[in-house]
Amino acid sequence: MTAHRLNSGGRLIDRSKPVRFRFDGAELQGFAGDTLASALLANGKTLLGRSFKYHRPRGLVAAGVEEPNALMTVGEGPRATPNERATMVPLRDGLTAQSQNRWPSLEFDVGAINAAIASVAPVFPAGFYYKTFIFPRVAWKHLYEPVIRRAAGLGRAPEGPDPDAYEHSYAFADILVIGAGPAGLAAARAAAERGARVLLVEQAPAPGGRLLVEADVTVDGLPGAEWAAREAAALAAMANVTILTRTEGAGLYDHGYALLEERRDEAPVRRLWRVRAKRIVVATGAIERPLTFANNDLPGVMLAGAVRDYLALWGVAPGREVVVFTNNDDGYRTALAAHAAGLSVKAVVDPRAEAAGALPEAARAAGLRVMTGMVVAKASGGKALRSVLVARAFEGRLGAGREEIGCDLLAMSGGWSPAVHLFSHTGGKLRWDDDQAMFRPAPERAAPIGPDGEVNTFVAGTADGYLGTAEALADAVEDGARAAAGAGFDGPAPTAPAVEEAGSEPLKPLWFSPGPGKYAHGTKHFLDYQNDVTAADVELAAREGYESVEHAKRYTTLGMATDQGKLSNVNGLAVLAGTLGAQIPAVGTTTFRPPWTPLSFGAVVGLEAGERFKPVRRTPIQDWHEANHAEFEPVGDWRRPFCYRPGGEGREAAVKREVMAVRNGVGILDASTLGKILVKGPDAGRFLDMLYTNVMSSLKPGACRYGLMCNENGFLFDDGVVARLSEDEFLCHTTTGGADRVHGWMEEWLQTEWPELKVYVANLTEQFAQIAVAGPKAREVLAALTDMELSAEAFPFLRLKEGEMAGVPVRVFRISFSGELSYEIAAPAHRGRALWDALLKAGAAHGITPYGTEALHVLRAEKGYIMIGDETDGTVTPQDLGLSWAVSKKKADFIGKRAQERSFLTAPDRWRLVGLEVLDPSKRLPDGAYAAADGAAERPELIGRVTSSYMSPTLGRPIALGLVRHGPERMGEVIDFPVAKGEVMKARIVDPVFYDREGVRLNG
Amino acid sequence: MADAMTATPAARFAGGAATISDLGPVGMVTLRADLADPAVAEALSAQGFALPGLRRFAGAPGSGAGWFSPDELLLVTEYGRAPGLATALSEGLAGRHALAVNVSDARAMFRIEGRGARGLIAKGAPVDLSPAAFGPGDLRRTRLGQVACAFWMGEDEAFSLVCFRSLGAHVFAWLRAGAALPTPPGF
Repeated sequence: MTAHRLNSGGRLIDRSKPVRFRFDGAELQGFAGDTLASALLANGKTLLGRSFKYHRPRGLVAAGVEEPNALMTVGEGPRATPNERATMVPLRDGLTAQSQNRWPSLEFDVGAINAAIASVAPVFPAGFYYKTFIFPRVAWKHLYEPVIRRAAGLGRAPEGPDPDAYEHSYAFADILVIGAGPAGLAAARAAAERGARVLLVEQAPAPGGRLLVEADVTVDGLPGAEWAAREAAALAAMANVTILTRTEGAGLYDHGYALLEERRDEAPVRRLWRVRAKRIVVATGAIERPLTFANNDLPGVMLAGAVRDYLALWGVAPGREVVVFTNNDDGYRTALAAHAAGLSVKAVVDPRAEAAGALPEAARAAGLRVMTGMVVAKASGGKALRSVLVARAFEGRLGAGREEIGCDLLAMSGGWSPAVHLFSHTGGKLRWDDDQAMFRPAPERAAPIGPDGEVNTFVAGTADGYLGTAEALADAVEDGARAAAGAGFDGPAPTAPAVEEAGSEPLKPLWFSPGPGKYAHGTKHFLDYQNDVTAADVELAAREGYESVEHAKRYTTLGMATDQGKLSNVNGLAVLAGTLGAQIPAVGTTTFRPPWTPLSFGAVVGLEAGERFKPVRRTPIQDWHEANHAEFEPVGDWRRPFCYRPGGEGREAAVKREVMAVRNGVGILDASTLGKILVKGPDAGRFLDMLYTNVMSSLKPGACRYGLMCNENGFLFDDGVVARLSEDEFLCHTTTGGADRVHGWMEEWLQTEWPELKVYVANLTEQFAQIAVAGPKAREVLAALTDMELSAEAFPFLRLKEGEMAGVPVRVFRISFSGELSYEIAAPAHRGRALWDALLKAGAAHGITPYGTEALHVLRAEKGYIMIGDETDGTVTPQDLGLSWAVSKKKADFIGKRAQERSFLTAPDRWRLVGLEVLDPSKRLPDGAYAAADGAAERPELIGRVTSSYMSPTLGRPIALGLVRHGPERMGEVIDFPVAKGEVMKARIVDPVFYDREGVRLNG
Repeated sequence: MADAMTATPAARFAGGAATISDLGPVGMVTLRADLADPAVAEALSAQGFALPGLRRFAGAPGSGAGWFSPDELLLVTEYGRAPGLATALSEGLAGRHALAVNVSDARAMFRIEGRGARGLIAKGAPVDLSPAAFGPGDLRRTRLGQVACAFWMGEDEAFSLVCFRSLGAHVFAWLRAGAALPTPPGF
């Protein structure tokens, strides 16, 4: 059908099912089973993107997860997903894909001018950013950054909320096997046969791995692919096995915790699996390495294994005239596969002096031209490969006998690197295998350990460095059985399947292929395709002293792109080692960290998007607030009404109205969010005496007392009213934000420090709705709903009573945070709304006014009452706040006592609480404003700060509280607050109680 | 007590794989005591409750005792009975160090039933919910997504799930969203 689609072959595609899709606006066709990459290739699309820095034309290099170049934005509008690797996107009808990092178009790209200039002189060498953009500083924000962001960068973030669904799923397994290639299948089978619960995951759409591709491998007498299909079917039929395809092992963490990402076509489009496994088998295979030669990034230069994949799996020929460049026998498989598919194989270029293995011999027997002792010195072409220069290489220089060979496809193989990433995530160590030129797992140096102290992660097959199928399968069944045994499933030792496969001779490492003329320096020898890092960059970094691989990596950005150096790590390391004249293992390798490939944000967020993103706590009265013009503010995880604005009333007017209602009539407040912790037991009083700074054990049943809690350092962290319910029961009120913290604090002391105390605590915060009714008319409102005795004599300040109100069982506390006659009524939460409604109805005749947290704050500030979080910030003591009266001098000990005796906390020059009265009453002091010893000074000495500042409707002028050095000793003095350039506000130090100092109203 | 109202009154969602319903006001009592003390089992028995084993719920889903920690149980009964039950247990354990308190209003309770109930909860709770690991009478005090919860399974394999009342609306919305999606494989 197209130039590149072969007439036969393509194990994964269904030629009877055409699929239409769009790429950069053009309508194209592929088949069911194609990936976006194979379909693009089948349509002759070989130029798929522009490189990051130089905007060089780039095409497909790989066929799988390691693809560095073919990053696409898939989908449109809010569903657009940037930076998808085309090799991992299954083709589906109607799919749209856009190339990235090109402007204005893929074919004509302005950024490519960079590349043109770079052919003369390097424009973005290693360290370029550090060297170039230092001065002038301002240019970074306005000039350099916007330009660089536009020229470089990957896909754009989609606009609008993502309409797709995502979720998490927790799963548990005896054995988790990651990778369902030959080793994964064999390990899973060995473990499953023993009865272990096995979870087998594969990132590709189908199990089988390289067995789906290699033509010369038979297992148990079956062609490799058939054996894989048989094994997968056998596993799928077992009740104790779950197989997930299109699911990658993203990360391994401590104690057998694994993160997997599953990709799906239907909702949920991604599923993040959070797995706890007793044992883990990592069977993630290996990644082929590119060879490093001049212009090795031209479209048409591909990994040899990937070329075989396109031929075998999708029936696509990435080119028609092929040169193979390989330093190992495996590359010859590509030559043979290409030849068998009818492509013209022009030459196999092999730097080894001799190639006499079974595969090279087979290539010769097929009549292919094998050029040993030769290298590809340079690739040529514009937007596609046209030819390669082949030459003899001698001691790092080009020799005679150069030949230009025309081709449109170069298949390269520099050997294979085991995919050890997951093993490495949890601390597995590696060793360098000189014979195979690769890092492989070294569990004898360090391997991940499970909660039982035993090794819990085994690497199997190719990932473990066994490149031959026979040895890989033998390793895998052993690991499967070992994992099962570790999880408690014993059984006879399994036997590995019999394998027939062409043998392989050793490879010869080739880390840098010498280039001709100006290419000799490696400025066009690309190591990291994604970040455009060349061999010359790594050499420059080494010369400039970045000898550690970790430093060189950061200086050059090698391996720091979204592919995390899957293709470039070992090659870059080898170039660095070569420049330093060191051995590769001496230079070391970087540590792999999760995730294996980038996770989508959607998968990370899961179900917790939109309304579920932030759990917001709702009081039993929340519906009423929402229906009655409340403007909310976050307090802890709650949303409390800040004020109510009926009829679009202005915010200031609303607060003023609410404050005046409490002062002159009656207000009603939803105080349900306050913490309420029940403390019970024969030692409850003793316990509370240790927790609070004042004495609680002397409280009489039925009485209440305001208390302060400090931490071990003596600093105030919570306050509230403690009510003694009975001889051995106290109810401790806490701040809204402090409820859970105080509960945890109590449990911590009981469980870890004072286990001998007979005390139980229960957090009853949510059991009760709590409603404050405050103001001179509060008593009248309550009286209409209850026959409880409410007179000042029968129910005085700081007392509690139980009874019924509006038919609801209640506990009423006579406490006040406004300075007015005030009751707080606690009712069972399910009936809180009913009580609220009844109070509103009963209070209507008195003009009962719901008020919010801002009015609450103004009311308390007018009375000089402190607020945790305003007057305190974790460095303030009760003594600083003039609360020494609430700190017992008699008690032998309480938490914070010893700290408060330290010299720093008793120093007379600590900033202490005062009231502040601005001299110009037309302006309020800004919250947090600093006081200066001399407001006009260039660098003023700070002597205090504003902690609360409000316009007081009661007094008709601004009021403020603040902490000032020697404040209480400086009553009446005027101090400076430099609030803006050249503007100094002046305020007089006054008593912090602005209103009703005698407390007449409170006791009314 | 017609005016007693849960956080999500009468909420119900029938998803493809599971149905979630608000159970209305349910009586709950927190008991903290030395569970190894025979007097505790006796006091429970006098009120018609059995002492549950570790991470177990003893009784029928709407009436029974759940293990909440080494020294804490959550007793479930009718809403109207809870205050009296707390008092009776306190009296039954008089002279011993124990705390029994009515917490019926502190939580929201949902019933989750259907083929996909296990898979639905597994979307947010780090608990092995395979039938081999979790069956009728099993209980976990854990979390669902970002918030604390506890759940137990009845003989009919339906779950009872409690969370704090203030988060009832959030948990219902979470369960509804999860139940609208298919059940993950493996359950």
